[in-house]
Amino acid sequence: MLLEAAGIKKVFGKLTALDGAALTVGENEFHGLIGPNGSGKSTLMKCIAGAEVPTQGKVSFVNTDITAFTPTERARAGMSLKFQITSVLPTLTLYDNILLALQAQSSLFDLVFSRTRGALHDQVMTMLTQFRLADRAFDAAAALSHGQQQWLEIAMALAGKPKLLLLDEPTGGMSLEERRVTGELLQPIKKHCSLVIVEHDLDFIRDICDRLTVLDQGKVLASGTVSEIQANKSVQEIYLRRA
Amino acid sequence: MPKAMGAVKQAVPAEIGGETHVATGSSRTAAKVVAGRKVLPIVEGVVLVAALLAPLVLQDYLTVFATRVIILALFALSFDLVWGYAGIMSFGQALFFGSAGYGVALLARDLDITNIFVVLPAGTLIGLTFALLLGGFLLLGRHPSSVIFVSLGTLTGSYAADRLARGWYYLGGQNGIPSIAPMSLGGYEFSEGPTFYYLVLGILVVVYLLCRFLVRSQFGLALAGLRENEQRIAFFGYKAQHLKAIIFAIGGAIAGLAGSLYAFHEGFVWPNMVGVVVSTQVVLYVLFGGSGTLIGAVIGTVIVEGVSFWLSDNYRDIWPIILGLLLLLVILFRPLGLISFVLGERERVGSFGAKVKENFKEKRNAP
Repeated sequence: MLLEAAGIKKVFGKLTALDGAALTVGENEFHGLIGPNGSGKSTLMKCIAGAEVPTQGKVSFVNTDITAFTPTERARAGMSLKFQITSVLPTLTLYDNILLALQAQSSLFDLVFSRTRGALHDQVMTMLTQFRLADRAFDAAAALSHGQQQWLEIAMALAGKPKLLLLDEPTGGMSLEERRVTGELLQPIKKHCSLVIVEHDLDFIRDICDRLTVLDQGKVLASGTVSEIQANKSVQEIYLRRA
Repeated sequence: MPKAMGAVKQAVPAEIGGETHVATGSSRTAAKVVAGRKVLPIVEGVVLVAALLAPLVLQDYLTVFATRVIILALFALSFDLVWGYAGIMSFGQALFFGSAGYGVALLARDLDITNIFVVLPAGTLIGLTFALLLGGFLLLGRHPSSVIFVSLGTLTGSYAADRLARGWYYLGGQNGIPSIAPMSLGGYEFSEGPTFYYLVLGILVVVYLLCRFLVRSQFGLALAGLRENEQRIAFFGYKAQHLKAIIFAIGGAIAGLAGSLYAFHEGFVWPNMVGVVVSTQVVLYVLFGGSGTLIGAVIGTVIVEGVSFWLSDNYRDIWPIILGLLLLLVILFRPLGLISFVLGERERVGSFGAKVKENFKEKRNAP
């Protein structure tokens, strides 16, 4: 297994956000994390990415226990995160946003003497082309539409060739057309990368994911292939209950 | 979330002086960027020429004043790197400036060492060492330290150094160390005047060019990321704390160099030089001129010092109030400093794949 999170408990004061949640993701697998509001999806993502430290439980990534790793260490191990709130760097050009992500693991010497700038150019342009942003390469990221900023951010998260990409609500605030394109943009990365995706849009999730995990009140309600989950009675119930 | 996005979008055109930069099509934007890219070198050139000519037109006592300003501009560069480029709130930059000043004053007083090739590197090293120690403590945790922690930590460091200097007899207590022997090279002694001025100007130009090289490199891009969203770049795999500690140390070294020049130029050092007053002064220089641009720090120093000098001559009693109001006005209405009157946001931040960009364009335009 690429990622194994087991027995994750996270307590904020009196609130138990996660109560023994678990998640396993295999190689080249697109895994959807769904559940009603407040079920702990984002918290579980944060515990996996290192933005939050779980109160209890263990996270392993490529057979290494990374529970105590900092975000930097996780990134260097091959994990990447797209935040829920878009956090592209608005004053930098799109090109520089991608370059910033690509050069993250260059040595200090290489950075000071700009030794990797030339070599990374093709990779920057490939990423921008792949995400349909190449013609805006030298505009400031702030000038992009919301949807384009989300794509730029996904491109940045993928730039370092991670083994696992965590996407927290990638289609939030997007139009239907933009959602469709996002799905198209994500498909090709399956060849080299696994995906954990938190999303409210169930149609979107169903279209691109191989497996789903359903959280409810901080616990795993069900986990399985998309058709298994669709047939699951208790999953249907919670969605009907809340709807 | 959409609300926040809207705010960002609105903020950008406002910051570039209401130009419709963002709204225009990409070709027009590109044209503007290319045209805009020429502003900074022009400003730098004008400032350099003015600085080169200054001693020829200024009276002697004003050349001495101008020398002091150039040294302070060097000091301002150090703060600009740390704050304007890396976003580290250092409210104790005078600690490195002043401790280097005291260090070289002691070298001169107790060991009779005034050779320029010893005292300036020694001062730089003192600034570097103190910055490494303080920066290591404040910035190099396993988890990122908060802005408040760093700003209060640096402020406390500077305040403590001030108190220490005032109370320590060996350092001259309240009076500091007076009558420092002039800096020397062989038999030559650097006394106040045009020679000292050009020496200091030469050093400023060299340090400026080194800083310019640094902030335009890929390292500079990492600094831009650090300044705008430290958490984000940590998630890319950057060792953000290390980057901060490195730039903090470089800033300390430059402040140390400036402090040693200052000590020899003034001929004495006193506790204020390590304290909160000078630490705050440098913040004002950079805010006034424009943080995040190197030339802004230099211009800010020249204007704040120049205006103070003129005001104190003409409005002896109320000049600090006038100066305070002026500074408030600039900070309120020009948060990016005076330089933002001529420099757009896009050029201030700059492009880090600049050379690549031209190649890319040529390729695109090729048949």
